[in-house]
Amino acid sequence: MVTITYYWCTASERRLHTISTMAQQPIELILARQFADSMNTAVFLVDTMGNLLFYNEAAEGILGVRFSETGAMPVDEWATIFTPKDIEGSPLSPEGLPLVQTLQNRQPAHGTFYIDNKKGRKLQITVTAIPIEGRPNRYLGAMAMFWKTELS
Amino acid sequence: MRITVWGCRGSLPAPGPEKNFYGGNTSCIQVVKKDTCIILDGGSGIQRLGVNIHGNFKEYHILLTHLHIDHTMGLGFFLPLYNPSVTVHIWGPASGEEPLIDRLRRYFSPPLFPVRLSELPKHPIIHEIHNSEFTLGDISIKSAYLCHPGPTLGFRLSTGDSSFAYIPDHEIQLGSVNFPNEPEWTSGLNIAQDVDLLFHDAQFRPDEYQNRIGWGHSSIEDAILFAQMCKVKKLSLFHHDPAHTDAHLDSLLKEFTEHKSYPFEIEMCAEGNSYVLNEKK
Repeated sequence: MVTITYYWCTASERRLHTISTMAQQPIELILARQFADSMNTAVFLVDTMGNLLFYNEAAEGILGVRFSETGAMPVDEWATIFTPKDIEGSPLSPEGLPLVQTLQNRQPAHGTFYIDNKKGRKLQITVTAIPIEGRPNRYLGAMAMFWKTELS
Repeated sequence: MRITVWGCRGSLPAPGPEKNFYGGNTSCIQVVKKDTCIILDGGSGIQRLGVNIHGNFKEYHILLTHLHIDHTMGLGFFLPLYNPSVTVHIWGPASGEEPLIDRLRRYFSPPLFPVRLSELPKHPIIHEIHNSEFTLGDISIKSAYLCHPGPTLGFRLSTGDSSFAYIPDHEIQLGSVNFPNEPEWTSGLNIAQDVDLLFHDAQFRPDEYQNRIGWGHSSIEDAILFAQMCKVKKLSLFHHDPAHTDAHLDSLLKEFTEHKSYPFEIEMCAEGNSYVLNEKK
C-alpha cells in the first residue's frame, strides 16, 4: 500500500488548510472544476496540499468510483484508494506521481503508471499534471488530466 | 459610512426621459467616512460626483473593479485629477501580465482621450491589488477576483461591525458549481457573506441571460439567489441593462418580489440613492 505523506508541508499547515477550506474556493479553482465537469477527458483537481477537490465523470469511469461516493478527500486517503504501481507491480513512491511532482515543484509533469481501480481492474494510465496559478502568481493547486493507455 | 450612488447603469450610459428615475450613468459609488473619500469605479457617474463633492478632501481613493470601458470612461472627467493640491489614488486589479498603469494609459491617451496620465498636474498614485485586504482611514477593504471576463474584483467595505459589498459585474452561473447549493464553490461568497447591503449585478432577465451566457453578467433571479445564499440584509440590484427603461425595471422588480417572501429587502438601485450603512435615507 502506498501512503503519500504531506512532506511538502507541515502538519500544522495542513490543519490550518483543512480549516481554511471551509471558506469559498478561489475563483480559479471554481472555474477549473467547471471546466473539468464539462470535459470528456478524465480530470482530477487538488488544492496546494494535495487534497482532492473534485474529479469528473470521465475520471469516475477510470477510477471505478463516483465522486458523489467519495467526496473531497485528503491526499493520503485518495492515494490508498487508487494504489499507483510501477510496471512490476511495486508501489510507486509519491515522487513518482506526476501530480505530486507538480505539487512539489509548481511545474507541469507527465508520466505513465498502473492503478488498481475500485472495481478491481488493473489499468495503465498516462497523466499530465499542471499547476493552477492565478493572477498575479497565486499558487492555488493542480489539475491532472489522465487517460487509459495500452497495457504492455 | 455614507454611501451615495452616482451611477448604476451597466455597459453603456443610457440617458433619456424613460430612464430618469433609475438614471443613465454607469457605475460609480461614493463612500465617505470622516475625512476618507472612496470612489468605487470610474463610470460616467464620476463626472457628476467630481463637480458635486462636498467636503475638503485631501485624498481620493478610486477603487476600480476592472477596466471595462463602462467602469473607467468617466476617469478623465473627474475634476480632482486636475487639482494639484489633492492626491488621487487609483486602485485596480493586477493582471499578472501587463501592469495596471500601462492598462490605464491606454485610456489616458489619444485617440480615446486627449490628456495623458503624465500630463495631469499631479500624477495619480497607482496601486495594484488582487485578493487583498487593506485599510483606508477607518474603512477596512477586502478585494477578491470574481467570475467576469478579464481581471475583475469585488469589494467588501467594513467599519466596525457594519459592511457592504460591491459586485457590479459578476456572472454567478459560470462562477459556481451546483449554484446555489454549494456556497463554498460560488464566486463572490467571501465578499458578500453576511453584509448589511449588497450591490450586485442583475443586468438580465432570466430569458435574456440564456442568450448571453459568457458575457459576464447575472440575471435578476440569480442575484436574488446569491443574496439569499450570502445571507445579506439588503440587496440592491445594480448594473441595469442600457435597454431597460424605468417601467421595465419596475415591472421586473415586481415580477421577482411580489407575492414572494425573502429574509432580506430587495430594491432596484437608483442613481442618487444614499445610505448610511444599511439605512436608506
